[in-house]
Amino acid sequence: MSDLTRKTAAEIAALVAGGETSAVEVTQAHLDRIAAVDDQVHAFLHVDTEGALAAARAVDERRAAGEPLGPLAGVPVAVKDVLATKGVPTTVGSKILEGWRPPYDATIVERLRAAGTVMLGKTNMDEFAMGSSTEYSAYGATRNPWDLSRIPGGSGGGSSAALAAYEAPLAIGSDTGGSIRQPGAVTGTVGAKPTYGGTSRYGLVAFSSSLDTPGPCARTVLDAALLHEAIAGHDPRDSTSIPQPVPNVVAAAKLGATGDLTGVKLGIVTEFVGEGAEPGVMAVFREAVDALTKLGAEIVEVSCPNFTYALPAYYLIAPSECSSNLARFDGVRFGLRVGDDGSRSLEEVMSLTREAGFGPEVKRRIMLGTYALSSGYYDAYYGQAQKVRTLITRDFTAAFEQVDALISPTTPFVAFPIGERTADPYQMYLADLFTIPTNLYGGPGISVPCGLSDGLPVGLQVMAPTMADDRMYRVAAALESAVGTFTPPAL
Amino acid sequence: MTTTLPSYDDVVARYEPVIGLETHVELGTRTKMFCGCRTDFGGEPNTRVCPVCLGLPGSLPVVNKAAVEATIRIGLALNCSIADWCRFARKNYFYPDMPKNFQISQYDEPICVDGYLDVEVNGETVRIGIERVHMEEDTGKTLHVGGATGRIHGATESLVDYNRAGIPLVEIVTKPIPGTGSLAPDIARAYVNELREVIRSLGVSDVRMEEGSLRCDVNTSLNLPGQEWGTRTETKNVNSLRSVERAVRSEMLRQASVLDAGGRITQETRHFHEDTGDTTPGRSKETATDYRYFPEPDLVPIAPDRAWVAELKAALPELPRVHRRRLQEQWGLSDLDMQSVLNAGAVELIEQTVAAGATPAAARKWWLGELSRRANETGVELVDVGATPEQVAELQGLVDAGKLNDKLARTVLEGVVAGEGSPTEIMTSRNLEVVSDTGALTAAVDEAIAANPEIADKIRSGKVAAAGALVGAVMKTTRGQADAKTVRELILARLNVEA
Repeated sequence: MSDLTRKTAAEIAALVAGGETSAVEVTQAHLDRIAAVDDQVHAFLHVDTEGALAAARAVDERRAAGEPLGPLAGVPVAVKDVLATKGVPTTVGSKILEGWRPPYDATIVERLRAAGTVMLGKTNMDEFAMGSSTEYSAYGATRNPWDLSRIPGGSGGGSSAALAAYEAPLAIGSDTGGSIRQPGAVTGTVGAKPTYGGTSRYGLVAFSSSLDTPGPCARTVLDAALLHEAIAGHDPRDSTSIPQPVPNVVAAAKLGATGDLTGVKLGIVTEFVGEGAEPGVMAVFREAVDALTKLGAEIVEVSCPNFTYALPAYYLIAPSECSSNLARFDGVRFGLRVGDDGSRSLEEVMSLTREAGFGPEVKRRIMLGTYALSSGYYDAYYGQAQKVRTLITRDFTAAFEQVDALISPTTPFVAFPIGERTADPYQMYLADLFTIPTNLYGGPGISVPCGLSDGLPVGLQVMAPTMADDRMYRVAAALESAVGTFTPPAL
Repeated sequence: MTTTLPSYDDVVARYEPVIGLETHVELGTRTKMFCGCRTDFGGEPNTRVCPVCLGLPGSLPVVNKAAVEATIRIGLALNCSIADWCRFARKNYFYPDMPKNFQISQYDEPICVDGYLDVEVNGETVRIGIERVHMEEDTGKTLHVGGATGRIHGATESLVDYNRAGIPLVEIVTKPIPGTGSLAPDIARAYVNELREVIRSLGVSDVRMEEGSLRCDVNTSLNLPGQEWGTRTETKNVNSLRSVERAVRSEMLRQASVLDAGGRITQETRHFHEDTGDTTPGRSKETATDYRYFPEPDLVPIAPDRAWVAELKAALPELPRVHRRRLQEQWGLSDLDMQSVLNAGAVELIEQTVAAGATPAAARKWWLGELSRRANETGVELVDVGATPEQVAELQGLVDAGKLNDKLARTVLEGVVAGEGSPTEIMTSRNLEVVSDTGALTAAVDEAIAANPEIADKIRSGKVAAAGALVGAVMKTTRGQADAKTVRELILARLNVEA
């Protein structure tokens, strides 16, 4: 069998279903690849070799018994360490949860198991999903397989790097301000943020509850759609989950792959093609727009004036929610506990635990959020940011009256060198300039590779109305059919 | 505190009190507010818990619809408006018995607002304004081990039981209640009592203050007549109706002594002590944490369907006050008598006893007499005294049938309270039935006559009053189980004397 790690998820599933290879063989090939390259990439925080092989054997046994297999049975998947996995370490990239083994599975993890996918392990991330480079992981940075001196994006850099390094054909990410799409863009892979409420947050360790959205990462649009279909859908354990059928994203991806966008009207966000993005990124984006035009799409410019305020609004709302969500990490019930030597008060132990357990970016955001919610400042900060959120939603609603979907570069710049932006938080925050509005609105967005700038991948973002996730898959698959996929240099 | 407190009469002559009450009621739903864990009292520590009520990373709350329904019914019974739209908010503060270090509560958008409750004090009706009724989750319980006081200071270990964490709570907040004068303590007590009756009639909570399923915080302030309201204090740990009354009274006295001495009242939380009847300062509100309330992003807003609310309203039971008036009429009681029934917590018990066949007078006699006395002695609520309305009705039935006299009935009741069985079973097993078998009685009478020939002679000679001594002798041999009147008739008959 030719290298199984180079196959798409759809191909692997077909090979397993047809008996041309076994789930165990596929899994072993990926475990071998991880063993060979992850020292360089550091995409994984934990590799669950035994669990993965046991899951693979179960799939092979079911196939042997003639039981029906799902469309992704036997396909390995890497899971961002933000999702609770029963009995398997879950750290959220933080020292404060080092060694914690959850007593339960996140809904998405349950669905992945039910679909017969094989979980390889947990991927690296910025601590508590706060960051755009994976440099804020308490367990060391992940490196971009395209250039090991550069960042793989973040917070889900581990998941996207695992795909680009052929350590896994599929991965799960979570997107609060761009943490699926931005790493996708800078690693030349596909990352989709579903409609908020389209995928369950139960078991997703919360950063910002009103923004966090788990979603699929893959090397092709069809694979992302297959994974999306496997994990999405209403979950009664998540009150914000939408009780509606999942849009038919797989059919949309297949339709898009025919390369015909006739009758589809796309809007370029005026505010995102000005001075915000670097010239190399803009040049590749313009070429991609030409390609979309050739596929039959009608392209117009649409102004969304309030998008300019998205970043500041986000940096009030997300830290506010995080300051409350992260309060439970106090050393009382789980995870790290520092200073409990019998001589200190409870308050001191809580305080020492949090001091030692949280990294600088997490502390920065907890402080920002605590301040923004405090009595006397609430209206000026959190309250005002919520109003901006409403205005951004109105911009989207108005735009979708004119066009089927909006497009923009996914991120203003290509992968930057490790260490370049950690000293200046604002420069780091700019990485999510184009992805954040979608989170504030709650709609779906996808990043699809559209070309290279100086040898580094550039992503194009498609944004669609809420619960119209299928539209973005169609456009992304069409673009992919025109520009192809991008392979990084060998490691 | 060494200051001598002024007299209560003196205080109410010079100051005007304003009170307010915040009452927490644990709902009797089968499962918790935001997860499927059981809620019943008891259970080994930390066994009724799951990722949600332990606040484990990644877990999410889901609203218990039964709790929302119960809260709306409470709101309707308290004449509140039910919001078209409301939401939950997070109240942020660190405490180890709060799994998430925030409590899911409601803040500026509660589910029920602006109602009232009429209560009766000394025959007068007082309308207490209700500011709001809202939903929240209970915290766990902390147990401090190793210290002398059981408080956190000095303890060597603190243990937390999360079984209670997440149990649905309803908080009922009154509007400030001015103008009550010397009646402030009585009105506070009457309000809590009436609120308890209303909630019990709805069947949504067992409202037991001693188990903490109804908990009360009492706000008190004093001002000089014609001046602005004073600074209020909030007294916690008020765990019985009597304590509600005492807490208000003691806080009025304390504040008056501070004001008299030229001091000022600090806005603070105070702790009521059941043993001394005093309050001591807790944490000061002026330096208290900022709760940083914000809308709970893990839950969607609740918009109660109007038709559903109307249905709930139509299905409300008769309110206790109306119900009591009807019963009072049926039972033929004066206002004063009805008040004593109410104070004893016996309305429902008497009602059920009557339903089981006793007359209202007999039912009232047992519950307010023998059983109230026992409840007071053992320090339990009347409802927990150990006898059921059915048993009391059965007991009275035996009395009415002539099988028990009053003294025997009380003995049987003791057996019932001690859990020995039903009145009939106890009467039989302890052989307490009135001896009505004339053969056995005649033998006892003959025995008494034979043993007391002088007395018999006196009776024969016409001194009928002397029969009392023989009656006593017969009662003694029959261990009180004979009917005295029958015995007397028998004696006279055996001695051929006309009554």
